[in-house]
Amino acid sequence: GHKSSGVGGGREERRFVELPRDSVRLMAESAGLELSDEVAALLAEDVCYRLREATQNSSQFLKHTRRRRLTVEDFNRALRWSNVEAVCGCGSQDSLPFRPLREGDLFFPEDREVNLLELALATNIPKGCAETAVRVHVSYLDGKGNLEPQGAVPSAVSSLSDDLLKYYQHVTRAVLGDDPQLMKVALQDLQSNPKIAALLPYFVYVVSGVKSVSHDLEQLSRLLQLARSLLQNPFLSLGSYVGSLVASVLYCVLEPLAASINPLNDHWTLRDYAAMLLGRIFWSHGELVRGLYQQILLSLQKVLADPVRPLCSHYGAVVGLHALGWKAVERVLYPHLPTYWPNLQAVLDDYSVSNAQVKADGHKVYGAILVAVERLLKAKAQQAPGFGGPEGSPRHSPPGQDPLPELGLGRPLLPGGAAAASSSSSSSSPLSPSLRDMYRELYDFFGDSLAARFGTGAPAEPPSPPGAAEGARKEPPAEGAARKMPQLTNATVSPRDEEPPPPRPERPALHRAPGPPPRPRGTPRAPAGHRPGARDVFQKCRFAPRGPPRFSFVIAGRQTGRRCPGRRFQTNFPQPPAAALGSRYAQRLPMIGRTGRAPRRWPRAEYSLLLLL
Amino acid sequence: MAALHEEPAEVAAVQPDPEAGTPPPPPAVPPAAAPAAAPATVVEGEATGAGGDAAPLKPAAPGPAASPAALDRQTLVAVLQFLRRSNLRESEEILRREARLLGDDLGATALSPTSAGLLGGSGSEADSGEALLGRGSGAAAVAIGGSVAAVATSSPGVAAVAAVPPGKVGGVVVVEDQPDVSAVLSAYNQQGDPTLYEEYYSGLKHFIECSLDCHRAELSQLFYPLFVHMYLELVYNQHESEAKSFFERFHGDQECYYQDDLRVLSSLTKKEHMKGNETMLDFRTSKFVLRISRDSYQLLKRHLQEKQNNQIWNIVQEHLYIDIFDGMPRSKQQIDAMVGSLAGEAKREANKAKVFFGLLKEPEFDVPLDDEDEEGENEEGKPKKKKPKKDNVGSKSKKQDPNAPPQNRIPLPELKDSDKLDKVMNMKEAARRVRLGPECLPSICFYTFLNAYQGLTAVDITDDSSMIVGGFADSTVRVWSVTPKKLRSVKTAADLSLIDKESDDVLERIMDEKTASELKILYGHSGPVYGTSFSPDRNYLLSCSEDGTVRLWSLQTFTCLVGYKGHNYPVWDTQFSPYGYYFVSGGHDRVARLWATDHYQPLRIFAGHLADVTCTRFHPNSNYIATGSADRTIRLWDVLNGNCVRIFTGHKGPIHSLAFSPNGRFLATGATDGRVLLWDIGHGLMVGELKGHTDTIYALRFSRDGEILASGSMDNTVRLWDAVKAFEDLETDDFTTATGHINLPENSQDLLLGTYMTKSTPVVHLHFTRRNLLLAAGAYSSQ
Repeated sequence: GHKSSGVGGGREERRFVELPRDSVRLMAESAGLELSDEVAALLAEDVCYRLREATQNSSQFLKHTRRRRLTVEDFNRALRWSNVEAVCGCGSQDSLPFRPLREGDLFFPEDREVNLLELALATNIPKGCAETAVRVHVSYLDGKGNLEPQGAVPSAVSSLSDDLLKYYQHVTRAVLGDDPQLMKVALQDLQSNPKIAALLPYFVYVVSGVKSVSHDLEQLSRLLQLARSLLQNPFLSLGSYVGSLVASVLYCVLEPLAASINPLNDHWTLRDYAAMLLGRIFWSHGELVRGLYQQILLSLQKVLADPVRPLCSHYGAVVGLHALGWKAVERVLYPHLPTYWPNLQAVLDDYSVSNAQVKADGHKVYGAILVAVERLLKAKAQQAPGFGGPEGSPRHSPPGQDPLPELGLGRPLLPGGAAAASSSSSSSSPLSPSLRDMYRELYDFFGDSLAARFGTGAPAEPPSPPGAAEGARKEPPAEGAARKMPQLTNATVSPRDEEPPPPRPERPALHRAPGPPPRPRGTPRAPAGHRPGARDVFQKCRFAPRGPPRFSFVIAGRQTGRRCPGRRFQTNFPQPPAAALGSRYAQRLPMIGRTGRAPRRWPRAEYSLLLLL
Repeated sequence: MAALHEEPAEVAAVQPDPEAGTPPPPPAVPPAAAPAAAPATVVEGEATGAGGDAAPLKPAAPGPAASPAALDRQTLVAVLQFLRRSNLRESEEILRREARLLGDDLGATALSPTSAGLLGGSGSEADSGEALLGRGSGAAAVAIGGSVAAVATSSPGVAAVAAVPPGKVGGVVVVEDQPDVSAVLSAYNQQGDPTLYEEYYSGLKHFIECSLDCHRAELSQLFYPLFVHMYLELVYNQHESEAKSFFERFHGDQECYYQDDLRVLSSLTKKEHMKGNETMLDFRTSKFVLRISRDSYQLLKRHLQEKQNNQIWNIVQEHLYIDIFDGMPRSKQQIDAMVGSLAGEAKREANKAKVFFGLLKEPEFDVPLDDEDEEGENEEGKPKKKKPKKDNVGSKSKKQDPNAPPQNRIPLPELKDSDKLDKVMNMKEAARRVRLGPECLPSICFYTFLNAYQGLTAVDITDDSSMIVGGFADSTVRVWSVTPKKLRSVKTAADLSLIDKESDDVLERIMDEKTASELKILYGHSGPVYGTSFSPDRNYLLSCSEDGTVRLWSLQTFTCLVGYKGHNYPVWDTQFSPYGYYFVSGGHDRVARLWATDHYQPLRIFAGHLADVTCTRFHPNSNYIATGSADRTIRLWDVLNGNCVRIFTGHKGPIHSLAFSPNGRFLATGATDGRVLLWDIGHGLMVGELKGHTDTIYALRFSRDGEILASGSMDNTVRLWDAVKAFEDLETDDFTTATGHINLPENSQDLLLGTYMTKSTPVVHLHFTRRNLLLAAGAYSSQ
């Protein structure tokens, strides 16, 4: 019985739906009748019996229709043959959610309101269902084996009309062809055409062709654009094809593509684009496939944890995580950083010529990680209650003025200044410990470059210090692709790379050392990044002393410039290790001093590299 | 080894019945006599609707005239009640005057349990019940062509009483076709102490469980029918709580294959529910047949007599038919193989009739026609084929199968030229047929119906595999051409008149090229189409539907030619005879009907099934029809005289597929229990059980030479079975034949040649092409 599920008597074993007499009485009342208890009970019992009978009869229709699932239609047929009025309005294929109302023991089917006006005036008239058709295929030859592999994409989903076939051919030709204008038109149409549902499996299949064209960046990006168009089409229900699309996109994100062998190929852009797509799929269609998120995370994590993988794969994993949102970063990247760091550090610390390419890749990864964790920090900071509002600005404005004095170092411009800026406010900030800890930990890794990122986030007038400017100026020649990066993730240096970076388990480096002394102060800087007022102050304090204002540019380049010296100092001047063994605060002070000198050294290193090359 | 029916002597021995001596009332034909009377009941479809009103009156009339016995008074009262309820005041008045029965007397005879005892006039309540039972069963024993009592209606509710579908009652034997429900029910007017029922039952249970092993299995068969009848008695007599507790306590003891029936039964808790409940009527109107060895039966009888357990003994006497045989009691396995149907096993004598299962002689062909074609083939460079084929043709036509029916036993249509041409084609194809066997399995092609939206309900493929038809839940019938040749209709009459009729290619010219298409949709039904069948000559198509009609379509014009009305309820299946012209249909009204395409009314009505007729198949020689039913039995009917010549029991669920072996000797049946059972038609025995499917088997087909049996199921698989091996060494010794005791091989897995998965597509139809390529069909279902 689909009508009502009430609670019957106190029988232990209830095999059937039982209708409580209250329901009967309610029904009677709605018809204007008063029923005595006795009558209601009798009626209820009889109704239950009739319901059972009708249900049993309806199963006959089910069997003869060769189906597995009983439909409302079956039940109605049974009712009709018993000379009972059929129940109307329940013919939908989907089950109607049956809701109880807490107060009043009411049960009702949830019925959406349909705006007839909208329906009537809708401009895009849905295409009718596909025609029923018969297709034949040889399934088993001489009783042996399937000729067709039992692929993931069922061939029996739909058949194509001639029109659709033509459309498909034209579109694929246009997308993969030479004419960019044509491609644009085709992609545009794919995004909006309401009638291509039947072609979906075919297009998905085309997209899965990425695996066969991994040598051709152009084709890869076109296929990804095709996927994007499919995703954007509001008339397509991707359903189970999401999995297939994700697999294709993940391939572009993670795999060491054949195209990446040539350092001139900008596969980084492709990976960024693919990662963006991944995020888009997840955000818009993630609910279609259960556990999709977990699956993606798992595969990203696997790649990240695999030291044998080339750095470009790691890069893909990081940007992928970034695209999936800060939670993914927090869940996968953040806990993995301590183990991952030594490897990266090793790559970055190797200045041999043969390592140049790998090193450049390493910088890309570094930049990507940095962007990811900063996003994480921002999100965390935003979440932290009471963080942004009242305390934020007062906290930050004072530090704006005093970074240099506080640091007491020769070089006032440096990230250290930023760190200092935050330091002043940190004492008062009631941040959630997790954020604070997180920042502390991250700061351990990134040093001041982390803080700097917050500062430079503003598009306006960051006056760049001569040191930084110098670095920036030099970087472009050093790494030609750097210009591109900002558009993408705005966090990546782009040395192209061909050699797969050998996993170097060199010394675990002293990266832990660079923690700036006022670590807790660093935390409040996170909000500075997204709060204009705070940012201004912060920027001023950092850059003003140094001279002419500059626009933020080549962020990545600057970061590396700033960051590397930070590290390099540690490695070059091993005096602090003694301090490093001490408390964190103890280490930090000397560190800051050193980082202050970094910019100078960095360019030098660059030069040497260039010369050698 | 005579079967013992409930002989009066036996009854008397058990229970001193004052009425045992009186002659049974006229309508109470002993069941044994039913088959004898049955042949006459085959109806040539002329009954009118008016018969419905008159019928109940006739059998009742002799009642009062025969004797003033209380029993007849009771009958009379029931009839009067019926008349009054049906608003036939006049008839009621007349009858009452004639019977000189007082009105107030009648008033007292409501359905109350006491009234029965009152009218019975004898001291023992059991007696009155007994008497009533006799009358009730008599009324119900309307065996139209069947040996088991049948009520040829299925309409639930009051409709069952008044609405007698036209064409159901024969003019020859006037019987009370529709037993008054109250009369039937009043059979349960027992006055036994309701509280003792559990005791009775558990007493018997204890006795059976403590009996010797060899008897226990046999006597255990009693549990289920006894349980059902005792429960119904309790319900009828309104001992609701006792009934409930009785059910709760003992339903767990019943065999698992009765679960479905028990579920229905458990929902019956009130006397009111019993009226119009089909299952209840089935239990009541048909005797549950048990086969028990004489030793076991004696044991049981002695026990019941000792215990003075009249309650149970009454049920045994009145509701059970115990088929007693001499010899060793059967084992549990033997019993389990045969039981499971709604009404127990088939009586042995039900399967004794001679069946001509051989094939008809193939007609001779025009030799020149044949030769010409042969030569054409020779030129193609296959001269060697000629000889063996010629021999084949010759031997086939010369040899007369000793088991074959006389050639003209039933009139068959003349062969047209086109038919002969087709036969020749068939033989040519046959020469190239693949010899199948365990070593050489057929290739399988799957016809997938796409975008059928769960609506595909029936499929058929022409014998030459050129067309496929689908019946759909949206009432449409769609015909596809599966060859490059498109489907064309004939031109309109006006256009036809312009054609030069003398031209050689006139047959081409009459076709309208403009109408050529791969698919033709036939509209006409108003409910899901449950069955479809092509005529052998491919000129016609049959479809049957929930709307109660069978429609004949022309494949020349793609229009509906005839709508055959007769089944007033959903028609589940229909099939053309292998020789065309005749066709059979079966439906929810529990009867199968034989039709000829040029008669708008049925030629035969095969009644006897206790539930829906779910599938129908013609024997290859067209003289017999097999029907499978939801009562879990298969019946074989003689087309000539309408007799039921075989009843096969053993399935544990409704039968949904049937297939005759090409040589006509064997029948394969598939049911919702996922098993295929094999039957020897000549001996009337089960000869095999093929286990493996996990869901309903909707399709069964033998390969063209009968070496392979293919089965298709809801479980998305096609399975191939070694039919040769299955039928190879049948132990058809005299004893088995005489007793029907079969010993099936334990393991059917060595007969399974292969399991073939589809892509989530239930298999609805199977077909072997003339060259033994296996075609399967079904609709892709995404769930």
